[in-house]
Amino acid sequence: MRFEPTDDQRDLAGALEGLLSASDTVAVARAWADGDTAAGLALWRRLADLGVTMLATEASPVEVAIAFEALGRHAVPGPWVESAAYLPIALGHEVEGVATLALPPLVPFALDADVADQVYVGATPTDQVGAQHPSVDRARRLFEVTGTAETHPEALDLAVLATSAQLLGAGERVLADSVAYVKQRKQFGRQIGSYQAIKHCLADVRIALDFARPLVVGAALGEVPASAAKVAAADAAYLASRTGLQVHGAIGYTAEFDLSVWITKIRALVSAWGTPAHHRALLLGSLVDSRDGTDR
Amino acid sequence: MDLTLSESELAFQAETRAWLAAHVPAEPLASMDTAEGWAQHQAWERQLSDARWSVVSWPERYHGRDASLVEWVIFEEEYYRAGAPGRVGQNGIFLLAPILFDHGTPDQQDRFLPTMATGERIWAQCWSEPEAGSDLASLRSTARRDDERGGWLLNGQKTWSSRASYAHWGFGLFRSDPQAQRHAGLTYFLFPLDADGVTVRPIAQLDGEAGFAEVFFEDVFVPDADVLGGVGAGWDVAMSTAGNERGLSLRSPGRFCAAADRLVDLYRETPDGPDRDAAAQGVVDAWLGAQAYRLYTWGTVTRLAGGGDMGAAGSVNKVFWSELDIALHETALGLRGPAAEVGSTWLDGYTFSLSGPIYAGTNEVQRNIVAERILGLPREPRPSRGAPT
Repeated sequence: MRFEPTDDQRDLAGALEGLLSASDTVAVARAWADGDTAAGLALWRRLADLGVTMLATEASPVEVAIAFEALGRHAVPGPWVESAAYLPIALGHEVEGVATLALPPLVPFALDADVADQVYVGATPTDQVGAQHPSVDRARRLFEVTGTAETHPEALDLAVLATSAQLLGAGERVLADSVAYVKQRKQFGRQIGSYQAIKHCLADVRIALDFARPLVVGAALGEVPASAAKVAAADAAYLASRTGLQVHGAIGYTAEFDLSVWITKIRALVSAWGTPAHHRALLLGSLVDSRDGTDR
Repeated sequence: MDLTLSESELAFQAETRAWLAAHVPAEPLASMDTAEGWAQHQAWERQLSDARWSVVSWPERYHGRDASLVEWVIFEEEYYRAGAPGRVGQNGIFLLAPILFDHGTPDQQDRFLPTMATGERIWAQCWSEPEAGSDLASLRSTARRDDERGGWLLNGQKTWSSRASYAHWGFGLFRSDPQAQRHAGLTYFLFPLDADGVTVRPIAQLDGEAGFAEVFFEDVFVPDADVLGGVGAGWDVAMSTAGNERGLSLRSPGRFCAAADRLVDLYRETPDGPDRDAAAQGVVDAWLGAQAYRLYTWGTVTRLAGGGDMGAAGSVNKVFWSELDIALHETALGLRGPAAEVGSTWLDGYTFSLSGPIYAGTNEVQRNIVAERILGLPREPRPSRGAPT
């Protein structure tokens, strides 16, 4: 029994952190939102060189979760869940280049279909890419595609897990940036982080993230369904985003300030790959069906 | 990352489960806050101890099994899963015993641990005072030196002392150096609650039972042999108790997993209607919370087994479980619909859960600890010493 990352897993997290923190990922995400995807695709290749696109087929879901937490922490744009979680499992092999998919009705649009080398509906290739729709997260470019698809259950579980891990990373980032901000912002002659009203809100975010993490890792180990990770990570990250915005005040409400990148991403990921209501309904259904719950 | 149990851990789990299945009383015991229930719970502690299940993590010479931390968590999970009675001796076992092991003299360990294990002597915690609650370091009860008899004279008043209405001995902090300020000059004492000069006045709780008490001290003599952890060292000794109370020891994951399973059963048995619809999210979230707590605990166990300590994480834990406990029981009462007010184990659990965010340091104090010690936020400026209050 050892419910902590191994040395290899820590090394993977460290390597990703090193690459991403040196890559000005916010500038990459902002350019991607404006349709300039060159920097994002260059970063894609470096992450692929590090092995991110082969983790789904060559490593375990724990490594996938570690990678996606880093992607979320750094707001890396692009169809990563599609290319590095769903499709490798559904197709049975690592994806070369950039791929994306829709899986209606759960995933109604194909993310970033205009930059993808291959677009799928489920696991079926399509070249019927239609109109683009804006997302609350301007770095997520959503495209209509036509076709019908069957869901690959294991692939879907891994996509849900990867989305959960991204939410966890994004929530951690918002908390860290908010803590840094309330330590330097002064009002009424004091750092605002010294007021209990601010402290208690941020403490609640710390607590929510601390108890979402074991469900994400637990889902990666098969201890709980992926739905459990998604509900907990979405709730915790959303709390982080609301609290983060509130403690920043008006500066946090601007597009120019980088907090906006995560606030909008978290809102988008909350409903991506199954809404919290969808996943709660799945969990309730399995609880009611099984006499013994699923905690053994 | 690996959550599998070893062969010997699985064997321990099977042995625990088999014994509990054969011995847990079929009918719930009466409330331990009544005279009848107290006797029943003490008898149960004796039965546990006779089979060496009362203190599995203690050394064998004190009626334990030398169980590892992992085995202790397994025991707790099985204990709650089996629906076994609440532990009337838990304040001693979980709060005092770790201090006795760490700070007690060999003589104190030999005198106090065996009867704690058997449930023969039940301990009450005497910390809070009428004017010292969250701000415990402002306590005023005194210990005055009595050189002639080789000990101390305790005076003052303690309150909200759980189990003190029926307990045999108490442990608490007293100000032994009247010149010292706040955290300094406090000493940790052990004393019989039937000593000359001690008056215990039971206080009825929300449910009408005397779950806690006030304790008055008038020149109560305590010999030097019953000072725990050294004169003037009381605050540090007491804080190691606080870590235990907020952290692993009081709220094992099994407690919430078992309650969440029973909540799912209640949901399943509830007829369709608005009460059932309204409870659906609460049922899922209670189950999720219990699973999160279970898995979080395994992470804590891994860190502790690797030589780490709880630190301020105990405060993260305490806020989470206390709020989970209330939400879980609120959901159950919602499912019971118009029958929610009628006496039931769910109602008892609900009433008890309401105390969770208050005791062992209110959740507001815990959030301050999380913010200051984990997030690193600045402390609130404090009024200067000697400022008028």
